[in-house]
Amino acid sequence: MTTMEQTTTVQVYQVYIRATPEAIWDAITKPEFTSRYFYGSLVDSTFEPGSPYRSYSPDRAQLWVEGVVEEAEPPKRLRHTWRALYDEEAAAEAFSRVTWEIEPADGPVSKLTVVHDQLEGAPKTAASVSGGWMYILSGMKTLLETGAPLAG
Amino acid sequence: MERQGGLLAGLTCDLIVTYYRRVDDDHVFKALADPTRRHLLDRLFEREGRTLTELESELEMTRFGVMKHLRVLEDAGLVVTRRSGREKLHYLNPVPIRLIHDRWIDKYTERRVSALAELKTELEETA
Repeated sequence: MTTMEQTTTVQVYQVYIRATPEAIWDAITKPEFTSRYFYGSLVDSTFEPGSPYRSYSPDRAQLWVEGVVEEAEPPKRLRHTWRALYDEEAAAEAFSRVTWEIEPADGPVSKLTVVHDQLEGAPKTAASVSGGWMYILSGMKTLLETGAPLAG
Repeated sequence: MERQGGLLAGLTCDLIVTYYRRVDDDHVFKALADPTRRHLLDRLFEREGRTLTELESELEMTRFGVMKHLRVLEDAGLVVTRRSGREKLHYLNPVPIRLIHDRWIDKYTERRVSALAELKTELEETA
Protein backbone atom coordinates (compact mmCIF):
# COMPACT_ATOMS: atom_id res chain seq x y z
CA MET A 1 0.00 0.00 0.00
CA THR A 2 2.89 2.39 -0.56
CA THR A 3 0.83 4.24 -3.15
CA MET A 4 -1.77 5.12 -0.54
CA GLU A 5 0.86 6.68 1.70
CA GLN A 6 2.12 8.87 -1.10
CA THR A 7 -1.39 9.98 -1.97
CA THR A 8 -1.81 12.28 0.89
CA THR A 9 1.41 14.29 1.19
CA VAL A 10 0.15 17.07 -1.09
CA GLN A 11 -3.52 17.91 -1.50
CA VAL A 12 -4.77 20.53 -3.94
CA TYR A 13 -8.23 22.07 -3.93
CA GLN A 14 -9.49 24.72 -6.30
CA VAL A 15 -12.72 26.62 -6.66
CA TYR A 16 -13.96 29.54 -8.76
CA ILE A 17 -15.93 32.04 -6.73
CA ARG A 18 -17.91 34.99 -7.99
CA ALA A 19 -16.29 37.42 -5.58
CA THR A 20 -13.35 39.83 -5.48
CA PRO A 21 -9.98 38.65 -4.14
CA GLU A 22 -10.51 41.09 -1.23
CA ALA A 23 -13.83 39.45 -0.30
CA ILE A 24 -12.20 36.01 -0.40
CA TRP A 25 -9.30 37.28 1.74
CA ASP A 26 -11.80 38.54 4.30
CA ALA A 27 -13.61 35.21 4.26
CA ILE A 28 -10.34 33.44 5.10
CA THR A 29 -9.06 35.86 7.73
CA LYS A 30 -12.13 37.14 9.62
CA PRO A 31 -13.91 35.07 12.29
CA GLU A 32 -17.33 36.53 11.40
CA PHE A 33 -16.90 34.79 8.02
CA THR A 34 -15.16 31.56 9.09
CA SER A 35 -17.90 30.97 11.64
CA ARG A 36 -20.32 30.64 8.73
CA TYR A 37 -18.54 28.09 6.52
CA PHE A 38 -15.54 26.64 8.43
CA TYR A 39 -17.36 24.24 10.79
CA GLY A 40 -18.41 27.27 12.81
CA SER A 41 -14.79 27.92 13.77
CA LEU A 42 -13.42 31.33 14.73
CA VAL A 43 -10.08 32.19 13.12
CA ASP A 44 -7.77 34.33 15.24
CA SER A 45 -4.55 35.82 13.89
CA THR A 46 -3.01 39.17 13.02
CA PHE A 47 -1.86 37.51 9.78
CA GLU A 48 1.63 38.95 10.07
CA PRO A 49 4.47 36.57 9.19
CA GLY A 50 5.69 34.91 12.38
CA SER A 51 2.45 35.46 14.28
CA PRO A 52 0.31 32.54 15.47
CA TYR A 53 -2.57 31.20 13.40
CA ARG A 54 -5.34 29.88 15.61
CA SER A 55 -8.81 28.57 15.04
CA TYR A 56 -11.24 28.15 17.93
CA SER A 57 -14.46 26.22 18.45
CA PRO A 58 -17.66 28.31 18.07
CA ASP A 59 -17.84 28.87 21.87
CA ARG A 60 -14.11 29.70 21.99
CA ALA A 61 -13.65 26.99 24.63
CA GLN A 62 -11.38 24.81 22.52
CA LEU A 63 -8.44 25.47 20.27
CA TRP A 64 -9.12 23.44 17.11
CA VAL A 65 -6.16 24.37 14.91
CA GLU A 66 -2.83 25.95 15.68
CA GLY A 67 -0.03 27.12 13.43
CA VAL A 68 2.27 29.97 12.51
CA VAL A 69 1.76 32.46 9.68
CA GLU A 70 4.67 32.07 7.25
CA GLU A 71 3.63 34.38 4.42
CA ALA A 72 0.84 36.91 4.05
CA GLU A 73 0.28 39.04 0.98
CA PRO A 74 -3.30 40.32 1.04
CA PRO A 75 -5.39 39.66 -0.99
CA LYS A 76 -3.27 37.18 -2.96
CA ARG A 77 -1.44 34.69 -0.84
CA LEU A 78 -1.43 33.30 2.68
CA ARG A 79 0.70 30.48 4.01
CA HIS A 80 0.58 29.06 7.52
CA THR A 81 1.48 25.87 9.30
CA TRP A 82 -1.30 23.63 10.55
CA ARG A 83 -1.81 21.22 13.39
CA ALA A 84 -5.29 19.87 14.03
CA LEU A 85 -6.03 19.70 17.75
CA TYR A 86 -9.69 18.63 17.40
CA ASP A 87 -8.53 15.04 17.05
CA GLU A 88 -6.19 13.42 19.60
CA GLU A 89 -4.25 11.36 17.09
CA ALA A 90 -3.88 14.25 14.65
CA ALA A 91 -2.78 16.53 17.48
CA ALA A 92 0.17 14.24 18.17
CA GLU A 93 1.40 14.54 14.58
CA ALA A 94 3.91 16.94 13.02
CA PHE A 95 2.88 20.32 11.63
CA SER A 96 1.75 20.41 8.02
CA ARG A 97 1.31 23.50 5.84
CA VAL A 98 -1.60 25.27 4.18
CA THR A 99 -1.22 27.77 1.32
CA TRP A 100 -4.11 29.88 0.06
CA GLU A 101 -3.70 31.46 -3.39
CA ILE A 102 -6.24 33.93 -4.74
CA GLU A 103 -6.13 35.05 -8.36
CA PRO A 104 -8.55 37.14 -10.40
CA ALA A 105 -10.14 34.96 -13.12
CA ASP A 106 -12.78 35.99 -15.69
CA GLY A 107 -14.61 39.22 -14.98
CA PRO A 108 -16.14 39.13 -11.50
CA VAL A 109 -14.81 35.65 -10.75
CA SER A 110 -11.73 34.80 -8.68
CA LYS A 111 -9.87 31.53 -8.44
CA LEU A 112 -9.04 30.18 -5.00
CA THR A 113 -6.50 27.39 -4.64
CA VAL A 114 -5.75 25.69 -1.34
CA VAL A 115 -2.65 23.52 -1.18
CA HIS A 116 -2.28 21.44 1.97
CA ASP A 117 1.20 19.91 1.91
CA GLN A 118 4.10 18.77 4.06
CA LEU A 119 1.71 16.08 5.24
CA GLU A 120 4.44 13.41 5.35
CA GLY A 121 4.47 13.42 9.14
CA ALA A 122 0.72 13.78 9.53
CA PRO A 123 -1.19 10.88 7.90
CA LYS A 124 -4.12 11.15 10.32
CA THR A 125 -4.44 14.86 9.59
CA ALA A 126 -4.20 14.16 5.84
CA ALA A 127 -7.08 11.71 6.05
CA SER A 128 -9.25 13.99 8.16
CA VAL A 129 -8.82 17.16 6.09
CA SER A 130 -9.34 15.61 2.65
CA GLY A 131 -13.12 15.70 2.92
CA GLY A 132 -13.01 18.83 5.05
CA TRP A 133 -11.47 21.16 2.48
CA MET A 134 -14.11 20.19 -0.06
CA TYR A 135 -16.87 21.03 2.39
CA ILE A 136 -15.18 24.26 3.48
CA LEU A 137 -14.54 25.58 -0.04
CA SER A 138 -18.03 24.65 -1.21
CA GLY A 139 -19.42 26.47 1.83
CA MET A 140 -17.27 29.54 1.26
CA LYS A 141 -18.43 29.73 -2.37
CA THR A 142 -22.07 29.50 -1.37
CA LEU A 143 -21.63 32.08 1.38
CA LEU A 144 -19.85 34.62 -0.83
CA GLU A 145 -22.12 34.15 -3.84
CA THR A 146 -25.47 34.01 -2.13
CA GLY A 147 -24.80 35.48 1.31
CA ALA A 148 -26.18 32.32 2.92
CA PRO A 149 -24.27 29.48 4.55
CA LEU A 150 -24.89 25.90 3.36
CA ALA A 151 -27.72 24.10 5.06
CA GLY A 152 -26.71 21.62 7.73
CA MET B 1 -22.34 42.19 -0.05
CA GLU B 2 -23.31 43.22 -3.60
CA ARG B 3 -26.88 43.84 -2.68
CA GLN B 4 -26.89 47.65 -2.36
CA GLY B 5 -28.63 48.06 -5.71
CA GLY B 6 -31.94 46.98 -4.24
CA LEU B 7 -34.26 44.22 -5.35
CA LEU B 8 -33.47 44.34 -9.06
CA ALA B 9 -29.72 44.19 -8.54
CA GLY B 10 -30.26 41.36 -6.10
CA LEU B 11 -32.24 39.41 -8.65
CA THR B 12 -29.73 40.05 -11.44
CA CYS B 13 -26.91 38.95 -9.19
CA ASP B 14 -28.68 35.68 -8.41
CA LEU B 15 -29.39 35.02 -12.09
CA ILE B 16 -25.72 35.46 -12.94
CA VAL B 17 -24.76 33.09 -10.13
CA THR B 18 -27.29 30.55 -11.43
CA TYR B 19 -25.91 30.92 -14.95
CA TYR B 20 -22.31 30.40 -13.83
CA ARG B 21 -23.29 27.32 -11.88
CA ARG B 22 -25.11 25.79 -14.81
CA VAL B 23 -22.09 26.30 -17.09
CA ASP B 24 -19.76 24.85 -14.43
CA ASP B 25 -22.03 21.84 -13.96
CA ASP B 26 -22.21 21.22 -17.73
CA HIS B 27 -18.41 21.00 -17.89
CA VAL B 28 -18.24 18.60 -14.95
CA PHE B 29 -20.96 16.27 -16.24
CA LYS B 30 -19.41 16.28 -19.72
CA ALA B 31 -15.96 15.54 -18.31
CA LEU B 32 -17.30 12.63 -16.25
CA ALA B 33 -19.25 11.16 -19.18
CA ASP B 34 -16.20 9.35 -20.54
CA PRO B 35 -14.60 6.12 -19.23
CA THR B 36 -11.03 7.19 -20.06
CA ARG B 37 -11.44 10.44 -18.13
CA ARG B 38 -12.97 8.62 -15.16
CA HIS B 39 -10.03 6.21 -15.30
CA LEU B 40 -7.59 9.15 -15.19
CA LEU B 41 -9.42 10.55 -12.14
CA ASP B 42 -9.22 7.13 -10.46
CA ARG B 43 -5.47 7.03 -11.09
CA LEU B 44 -5.10 10.47 -9.54
CA PHE B 45 -7.29 9.48 -6.61
CA GLU B 46 -4.91 6.59 -5.88
CA ARG B 47 -1.90 8.83 -6.03
CA GLU B 48 -1.81 12.53 -6.75
CA GLY B 49 0.90 14.65 -8.30
CA ARG B 50 1.47 12.55 -11.41
CA THR B 51 3.15 13.65 -14.62
CA LEU B 52 1.66 13.24 -18.09
CA THR B 53 4.25 10.55 -18.83
CA GLU B 54 3.17 8.51 -15.79
CA LEU B 55 -0.51 8.82 -16.65
CA GLU B 56 0.13 8.00 -20.31
CA SER B 57 2.08 4.83 -19.44
CA GLU B 58 -1.05 3.25 -17.95
CA LEU B 59 -3.30 3.88 -20.94
CA GLU B 60 -3.28 2.42 -24.41
CA MET B 61 -3.56 5.81 -25.97
CA THR B 62 -1.30 8.33 -27.67
CA ARG B 63 0.26 11.13 -25.62
CA PHE B 64 -1.86 13.56 -27.58
CA GLY B 65 -5.04 11.62 -26.73
CA VAL B 66 -4.24 11.64 -23.02
CA MET B 67 -3.42 15.36 -23.17
CA LYS B 68 -6.80 16.04 -24.77
CA HIS B 69 -8.63 14.17 -22.01
CA LEU B 70 -6.62 15.93 -19.30
CA ARG B 71 -7.49 19.25 -20.92
CA VAL B 72 -11.23 18.48 -20.64
CA LEU B 73 -10.75 17.51 -16.98
CA GLU B 74 -8.80 20.72 -16.35
CA ASP B 75 -11.49 22.83 -18.03
CA ALA B 76 -14.05 21.25 -15.72
CA GLY B 77 -11.81 22.00 -12.75
CA LEU B 78 -11.53 18.32 -11.85
CA VAL B 79 -7.78 18.29 -12.47
CA VAL B 80 -5.43 21.02 -11.32
CA THR B 81 -1.82 21.20 -12.49
CA ARG B 82 1.09 22.57 -10.49
CA ARG B 83 4.67 23.05 -11.60
CA SER B 84 7.38 21.36 -9.59
CA GLY B 85 10.76 22.25 -11.08
CA ARG B 86 10.62 21.18 -14.72
CA GLU B 87 7.68 18.86 -14.18
CA LYS B 88 3.99 19.55 -14.52
CA LEU B 89 2.13 17.55 -11.89
CA HIS B 90 -1.56 16.68 -12.06
CA TYR B 91 -3.80 16.70 -8.99
CA LEU B 92 -7.37 15.57 -8.53
CA ASN B 93 -9.58 18.47 -7.44
CA PRO B 94 -12.75 17.04 -5.88
CA VAL B 95 -14.39 20.42 -5.14
CA PRO B 96 -16.55 20.60 -8.33
CA ILE B 97 -18.05 17.19 -7.49
CA ARG B 98 -18.73 18.39 -3.96
CA LEU B 99 -20.42 21.51 -5.38
CA ILE B 100 -22.72 19.34 -7.48
CA HIS B 101 -23.42 17.24 -4.41
CA ASP B 102 -24.26 20.31 -2.33
CA ARG B 103 -26.42 21.85 -5.05
CA TRP B 104 -28.25 18.74 -6.24
CA ILE B 105 -28.15 15.91 -3.76
CA ASP B 106 -28.69 18.10 -0.70
CA LYS B 107 -31.60 19.80 -2.42
CA TYR B 108 -33.47 16.50 -2.80
CA THR B 109 -32.51 14.95 0.53
CA GLU B 110 -33.52 18.16 2.27
CA ARG B 111 -36.97 17.89 0.77
CA ARG B 112 -37.23 14.28 1.91
CA VAL B 113 -36.11 15.24 5.40
CA SER B 114 -38.65 18.05 5.58
CA ALA B 115 -41.35 15.69 4.29
CA LEU B 116 -40.52 13.32 7.13
CA ALA B 117 -40.56 16.18 9.59
CA GLU B 118 -44.00 17.20 8.36
CA LEU B 119 -45.22 13.63 8.61
CA LYS B 120 -43.97 13.47 12.20
CA THR B 121 -45.76 16.70 13.09
CA GLU B 122 -48.93 15.50 11.41
CA LEU B 123 -48.91 12.12 13.15
CA GLU B 124 -48.13 13.68 16.49
CA GLU B 125 -50.90 16.23 16.15
CA THR B 126 -53.49 13.59 15.30
CA ALA B 127 -52.28 11.22 18.01
